[in-house]
Amino acid sequence: MLMNVPETVVADALRGMAAAHPELVVDVDNRVVVRRDAPVAGKVALVSGGGSGHEPLHGGYVGPGMLDAACPGEVFTSPVPDQMVRAAAAVDSGEGVLFVVKNYTGDVLNFQMAAELAEDEGVRVASVVVNDDVAVTDSLHTAGRRGTGATLFVEKIAGAAAEEGAPLDRVADLANRVVESSRSFGVALSACATPAKGGPMFDLPAGELELGVGIHGEPGRERRPMMTAREIADYAVDAVLADLNPRQPVLALVNGMGGTPLLELYGFGAEVHRVLGERGVPVARTLLGNYVTSLDMAGCSVTLCQADAEMLRLWDAPVQTAALRWGR
Amino acid sequence: MTAAAASVDREAARLTDLDSAIGDADHGSNLQRGFAAVVKTLETEPPQTPGAVLTTAGRQLISTVGGASGPLYGTLLRRTGKALGEAGSVTADELRTALRAGVDAVAQLGGAAPGDATMLDALNPAVEALATSFAAAAEAAVQGAEATVPLQARKGRASYLGERSIGHQDPGATSSALLFTALAQTADDGEGAK
Repeated sequence: MLMNVPETVVADALRGMAAAHPELVVDVDNRVVVRRDAPVAGKVALVSGGGSGHEPLHGGYVGPGMLDAACPGEVFTSPVPDQMVRAAAAVDSGEGVLFVVKNYTGDVLNFQMAAELAEDEGVRVASVVVNDDVAVTDSLHTAGRRGTGATLFVEKIAGAAAEEGAPLDRVADLANRVVESSRSFGVALSACATPAKGGPMFDLPAGELELGVGIHGEPGRERRPMMTAREIADYAVDAVLADLNPRQPVLALVNGMGGTPLLELYGFGAEVHRVLGERGVPVARTLLGNYVTSLDMAGCSVTLCQADAEMLRLWDAPVQTAALRWGR
Repeated sequence: MTAAAASVDREAARLTDLDSAIGDADHGSNLQRGFAAVVKTLETEPPQTPGAVLTTAGRQLISTVGGASGPLYGTLLRRTGKALGEAGSVTADELRTALRAGVDAVAQLGGAAPGDATMLDALNPAVEALATSFAAAAEAAVQGAEATVPLQARKGRASYLGERSIGHQDPGATSSALLFTALAQTADDGEGAK
């Protein structure tokens, strides 16, 4: 692994981020990444965060048109409330803060505590919990559907609305609408290696894949012998469509988990488009690349969002972040 | 707290191994980081009462651990400490009542029930057994943790394994047993609630 010691991987990455992106304020000690012009007067602020290891999520999405601040935790561990409170205080212009939270027990609990603490300090806080992963079916017997690729849709679309000056309740409503309209499914071709462990986090024999894997390598629905990109696309898209019945064009995220080359990911993207076409689902926009990763895991995920006209317009709105930028 | 930190330190690798089987392989290192910070804070600014020791320790865990265990253990210690109030010394009975409040707060925060294969499966029987002795509480916590082996996890990251979580001891219940064992050892040394 390319690192110094496991204990400093997150801090080292933040120092690198600061070096590469002078347009961000990176507080390495307190682990908060803030857009340099924050707080922006009259604007609702968006704050997100989660375990590290999913780069460019979330620090890569800080900037005009998306997040105002991000809080990276330890690898695959949620950040602590102090980080979120600090971030909220740094970006709140008085219009309030929306916490974008992925549905994992740790993230939910820490953001919940942070919301209470921030409100004690006079910051108005609303929260949206992203839970798009259809691989988790029986939410009565689990911690519920996980938050994965749809987080990017929420951050982009709600971020654009905030940039336009929408008030906190509108931004939060929109964020919830995006969550309700989005579903994801992920596939692992290899296990990821965490810095602390220095080796594969779970045991996935070569020649097998895990269908429905989570972004921390949580197990999915089933294991099968290796399938072709065509077969994987059929399986993943059908899994999403079984839970989401789009009656209008979709936003599609064809996402790499960090260890799959773009050559393979583009080929997979072609198959995703093919199967969506066969199922009669028109695609309005496609974003393809490594956007919500899982360290070095080989694999891919598909996220679809049934987008109405407002969501599409906000998706197309200008964004200027380290990992997503267009329209300026 | 020092005993708890030492115990977490000693067993961090085992906790992480347990977590590696059904979670994301960081329970040991996260708690290790948190309890090291607790010990440091208590040494720098020693609180005056047992209640204050626990609330300070709880706040420190929330600030340093992250994940689900930060808020859960932080809440356990904070609520227990708050329930102890300002008293300069604490009887075993008072500690048991306060721990009950702490454990109830954990149950409410995490939304878990007995048998979900969580830390509650160690904490609940331990508080019950505290009516007998500290040693009985520690023993009950260890047994409670071992009793999670045949259970299917219904909370936290292990829940995604479904039936595949059966056969694994819950890391959170295991760390809870460690803490009660540390408490019992300290109580035997005559230190009481600290």
